[in-house]
This record gives sequence, C-alpha cells and structure tokens, in this order.
Amino acid sequence: MKPNSLPMLRIEALTIWRRNALVWRRLMGASVLLHFGEPLIYLLGLGYGLGRFVGEMAGMPYFTFLASGFIAWSAMNVASMESMWSVYTRMVPQQTYEAILATPAEVDDIVIGELLWCATKSLFSGSAILAVAALLGAVNDWTALFALPVIFLTGFCFAAPGLIITALARGYEYFNFYMTLAMTPMFILCGVFYPITTLPAPMQSVVQFLPLTHAVQIIRPIVVGEPVTNLGLHLGTLGLFGLVTAWVATILIRRRLIQ
Amino acid sequence: MPLSSLAGESAPISVPLLVHCQNLSKNFNGKPAVAGLDLDIPPRICFGLLGPNGAGKTTTLRMLLGQSPRSGGTLEIFGEDIELNRRQIRQRTGIVPQADNLDPDFTVEENLRMYGSYFRLPTSEMDRRIPQLLDMVELSARAADRIDTLSGGLKRRLTLARALVNEPEFLVLDEPTTGLDPQARHMIWSLLHRMKRNGKTILLTTHYMEEAERLCDQLMIIDNGTLLAQDSPTGLIRKYCESDVLEIRGDISKEIVGRLPPSCRTEHAGESLYIYSNHAKPLRELAQGLPDTACLHRQSGLEDVFLRLTGRELRG
Repeated sequence: MKPNSLPMLRIEALTIWRRNALVWRRLMGASVLLHFGEPLIYLLGLGYGLGRFVGEMAGMPYFTFLASGFIAWSAMNVASMESMWSVYTRMVPQQTYEAILATPAEVDDIVIGELLWCATKSLFSGSAILAVAALLGAVNDWTALFALPVIFLTGFCFAAPGLIITALARGYEYFNFYMTLAMTPMFILCGVFYPITTLPAPMQSVVQFLPLTHAVQIIRPIVVGEPVTNLGLHLGTLGLFGLVTAWVATILIRRRLIQ
Repeated sequence: MPLSSLAGESAPISVPLLVHCQNLSKNFNGKPAVAGLDLDIPPRICFGLLGPNGAGKTTTLRMLLGQSPRSGGTLEIFGEDIELNRRQIRQRTGIVPQADNLDPDFTVEENLRMYGSYFRLPTSEMDRRIPQLLDMVELSARAADRIDTLSGGLKRRLTLARALVNEPEFLVLDEPTTGLDPQARHMIWSLLHRMKRNGKTILLTTHYMEEAERLCDQLMIIDNGTLLAQDSPTGLIRKYCESDVLEIRGDISKEIVGRLPPSCRTEHAGESLYIYSNHAKPLRELAQGLPDTACLHRQSGLEDVFLRLTGRELRG
C-alpha cells in the first residue's frame, strides 16, 4: 500500500460498519429520540411559528420548504458529528483502531467502514425527518422515498471532510472550528431556510461551491414531488467532492495511524 | 528462506525461523529509534526483548506487526515480508498491546466476538472457541459484564484471551504484566507457560527481570535501538556478571572502599555501593563486620547484567 494510493475497497470495511451498528443498536432508544425529537422541535417551532408569517416560499408552504431543507442539513450534521467526535473517540481515547489494526483489517477498511457508517446514520436521521414531515402533511407522494439514496450520499460526502478534520485534530476543540467556519455558514447560506436566488449575486456564486447547496437542490424537489433541475450537475458536484475528500481523509488517517 | 539448525551438529534438522530481521532500522523525523537490529526467533521458544524506556522495544514490536513501516533492513515473519503480506501474517499472530485497548462499548464476551469478526471467523467457530478462552482466563463468570467494571488484571487476562481468538502460532506481548499485582502476574505467567507448552512462539518485552528469567529461553538486551547482548538468561549472567554481589547502603560504603579485595569490581548508585566478585568468601567476610540493615550479600542476577549493560542513570 503506497501512502497516497486510492483507498482499497474490501469486505472487511463492513466489519467496522457492523461494529458501530451494534453499538448504536444498544443505544437506539436514546438515538431514535434524538433523531425524531430535534427535527420535530425545529420543524414545529420554525415551520409553523415562522411559517405563519412567511406563508409560502418558492411556491410551497414554508413548512414544506423548511422540512425538505432540514433533511439535507440533518444528513450533513449527523455525518459530520459522527465523523468527528465519535471517530476521534474511537481513534484516540479508546484506541479502538489500534486494536483493530492488530487484525487482518487495514486502515482503509476503517476509513471506508466509518464513512459508510456515518452515511448510514445520516440515512436514519433523514428518514426520521422525512417521516415526521410526511405525518405533518408536507409530503405528497411516495416518490419522496427516492430522496433516501441521496441522503445517504450526502452523509458520505460530509463524513469525508469530517474525517479529514479528525485526522488532523489534537483534541475535541478542533471540531468547533470546523463547526463554526464550515457547517454553520452552510446551514445558514445553502438554501435550507430560503432559496439561494434571494442572495446577492456574488454570494450566489460563492454558495455554488458549497456542497450542501447541491444536496438541498436535489433533496428538496424529490421530497416535495417536483422535477429536479440539473440533477447531473448537482450529483456530480456532490459526488466529486465526496470522492476527493474521502481520498484525502484516507491518506491522512493512514499517516495518523501508521507511523 | 533462512534456516537455523537447532538440533546440533550430529543431527542437522533445520527449522525455518519464525522471525528473521536483518539490519532493521526505524527513524522518526531523522532520529533513529531502532538502528540496525538483527533479530532471529526460532519457533516454539519464548523470546524476551529487554531494554530501558525509550530503548526501541515498542518500535521494534510495531514494525514486526506491520503497524509501523521500517526505515531500512529486512523483516520476515513466517518467511514472508511484513510489508507485502501483512494481512496473512496478522492472521497467524496474536497481539497483547502495552495499553489496554479493549472495546468499552461491548461486554467481555462481545469483545472476543467482535475481535473474531475482524478476523472474519465464522460464528460456529467463535461459538466453539470463545467459551474455552473465557474459561482458560477464568472470566466465564464475567462474560456479560462491561469492560469498565473489570480490574487491571482481569482486563489483561481478557486482552490475552482476545489475542488467542484467531488461534495464533505467534504471540507478541508488550509488557504483559506492567501494573499488575503479584497474583495477576503469576496467573499471566502460568498462562504463558501453557502457551509455550502448546507450541506457540512467544515474543515479549518486559521491565521485570524476574519475568524474563522465568519465562524466556532467549533474551535480547537493547538500548538506543541497538543490540547490547543476546543469550539465554543464565548465559547472560555468566557472560556479563560476576557470580556474587554485596550491596552496601549508606555512609559505611565510603569506609569500605579502601579495604576491598583486589579481585572485586565496584559500582556506585545513589547511596549504594555494589561490590561484584566471582568469589563469595571475601564478600561474606566483608559483610560479617557490617550491620545487617546496611548490607546484602546475594547471587548476582539478570538485573545486575541489565544495569551493567544499560547503565544506572534514569531514563525518560
């Protein structure tokens, strides 16, 4: 294995995924509460509270607009949290990877397994919001389920930069920088709360370079049952971003774990 | 493949070496941690790697396990290069690391199952092996307990059981009994004796000379990443140390220095004076004139060899 080679895809990655899934299953009660509870509060509070004053946005009820944006945001958020705090915990204080690397599993298996697991958690969370949105009448058609693979992809694409930060982190406080400098701006600017077309023109060009913009542009129309415009462009941008950051994350985690 | 003759001249039965390293080196940022080590371990023995803190023991082990790429030299385990066949070698190796890295998210038994899954052991195989392993390390009663409820000794026993889950031929232990109480240490020793009887090859590092003497057939003492000495425990003592030592503590040592027999070698360490000789009699006579609390006459041991070779100054 050369230090900068592409990540190797092997079945062993699934044993790492399985480990995390088994731990998650144990804490599922609390997890599910979080997955449903947090978006429920956001959606009810902002969607109904703010929605009364806003009325419609981009041709749909504000509640629907917000719910579809939240699904994309939540995929980013959950994958980022997992790939930073949880992965760091397994890597540094628990030394779980050190133990795993004494077995035939390799660093690449850990990276791929963790990326898949982060994406899986995004899928859980996105599905929970989708279910809540559907119960509250924001979803019209079963085709909204096509959003699920996109949610998974979005989780994968945000887990990879999270892993990069983790590979470089010397402590948990590093993650606050990434939260404040990357995640919060995307949450506010990338079309979760309002269409990006309402931003000033120079800002619109800037947000085109932020991956969450593209996730929202795919997930929102699928959820509300509208045709997706520029699907190839958005998927391509998101996918390319995810693949490049996953590669960089693999290189950096190899460097961190194999010295 | 390198061969080594274990059976002597008359019946040359050649056994392939389990570990064969030549000129093994490792630099961290240009600083050598291991500098040209030759290490050969024949199968079915217990091999001890001794050295002060920072001597390069853990770095050597990490290279042997493929957890750290070497900077130079050759390194073969089971006749295979670790860089090329890391996974196959790990499949046949069991590792007990220095720091506990049991998975705190799982119970005792689940830890073994999870570890087995990284080796992709079939469930039926785990169903067979894991109760046996728990029984062997006397943890069957704690199978469903969480890791954070275990004492240090129990954790170490579980880590040993975990290292055996893939039924390895080669067992590597980095300071297996550091921080354990005497009971736990004796239990680990008896388990390791059993491993050796079962035909496993063992490589361990330790700071405890008693442990090295009890367990190891061959010892290598290293410092600053290079070899200082290698032999059996008794061979090392014979080669590098006089048979008897008289330890004298406190101010009396100053008066003694003047009237030592000429054949004696002395060493100072702190307040103590060590007088080494191959003859017990002059030391005994010297001791007779001194109060019991200030002196101790004993046979020299591995610790004397170790301190002689690596010096008495403290390490970081």
